Amino acid sequence: MATAAHAHEHPPPANASSRVDARLLGIYIFIASEVMLFGSFFTAYFFARVVVQNETWPPEGFELPVYLALVNTIILVTSSFTMHWALQSIKRNYRAGLVAGLTLTFLLGLTFLLIQIREYTRIGFAPNDLAFGSTFYGLTGLHGAHVFVGLNLLAYALIRAVRGHYGPKEHEHLGVEIPGIYWHFVDVMWIVVYVTVYVV
Amino acid sequence: MKNPLRTEAEAFSFVLVVGALALAVALAAVFGGGPVALAVFLALTVGVAAGLYLRSEPKEPERAVWERRADGRSRILVVANETVAGTALRKEIVHRAGRADADVLVVCPALNTRLRHWTSDEDRARADAQARLDASLAALREADINASGHVGDDDPLQAIDDAMRTFGADEIIISTHPPGRSNWLEKDLVGRARERFNCPISHVVVDLAHERAQAEARARA
Repeated sequence: MATAAHAHEHPPPANASSRVDARLLGIYIFIASEVMLFGSFFTAYFFARVVVQNETWPPEGFELPVYLALVNTIILVTSSFTMHWALQSIKRNYRAGLVAGLTLTFLLGLTFLLIQIREYTRIGFAPNDLAFGSTFYGLTGLHGAHVFVGLNLLAYALIRAVRGHYGPKEHEHLGVEIPGIYWHFVDVMWIVVYVTVYVV
Repeated sequence: MKNPLRTEAEAFSFVLVVGALALAVALAAVFGGGPVALAVFLALTVGVAAGLYLRSEPKEPERAVWERRADGRSRILVVANETVAGTALRKEIVHRAGRADADVLVVCPALNTRLRHWTSDEDRARADAQARLDASLAALREADINASGHVGDDDPLQAIDDAMRTFGADEIIISTHPPGRSNWLEKDLVGRARERFNCPISHVVVDLAHERAQAEARARA
């Protein structure tokens, strides 16, 4: 009787009608919103690029460090490999690989961010210099902010990994899987930003 | 098409694919200029999208899981919309419920036009469905059937799914217009429901025009 009365004090359990884990579903929806956010910045960039007539792009006086950004691109793409290695390691219950992979990913991401900050200090134009300056800083800055968020997620996952959290079963390493998905997304966005802004 | 970021491993593969595409576009831009790069980008994008679409596996129907209640009473779920107040359906419910001393749940999907659905303008559809449901419930209660009901999702399969999770029916009755006039039959609702729900499913055809004609004939006589 007491059990029945106790049961009535709580709402019924939530109905999990979706087969997708709620945390994974959360990151999917978040990434979908991020795609739209980046899409709006790319739209602004291409709009500025198209409406500028009879001018070269980038405009005269603006020069982008294409090769430095290429190095940065290689660093970030490499960090995707180390992230993948970290997750594959924990799937095989190889804890040292997980910690090493997350550490390398974090360091590569940090290097990327520091190089980008250094690039900003030496690039020779500011966000308020024409539409080019605004859209350049807007796109690369938006991406840099995402790298910063990714570094926080990686740091949290790394601390947990060092403390012995996570395991080889699917539900035991979601705390690495989700930052991994986010990190690869940030990586993909950088590749698109690099090709669009620096190369094409 | 599959979500390319469904797992970390798939996201990593996606990075490699995007990296390869970007490399091709960058090389085209360096050696051929902007228009060539754009053409390469468009061609590769279309090619990859087509490849992903063609490689995607057909979606297997998901089987629903729900709990049957253990109080010994039979539960019948009825799904009907415009035919919910039809005589043939009412007779079938009375026949089955009377035979088994059952609880009956009637679900009326709020059918709506595609445009109204997209714009979330469903008030009228729900009001119409509620009016038909009220008439049906009143008729069933007159026949001493323990019936309740609610307006459901405009997708009838989803409406059944939602109802099954809270009602846990032992059998389902789906009521439709006759073949040729029924959108639900056109979409093979009964077949899809039988694939999805592991319980007896009956299909009742209600010919409202015929019932109306019979009623008018009786009134004239």
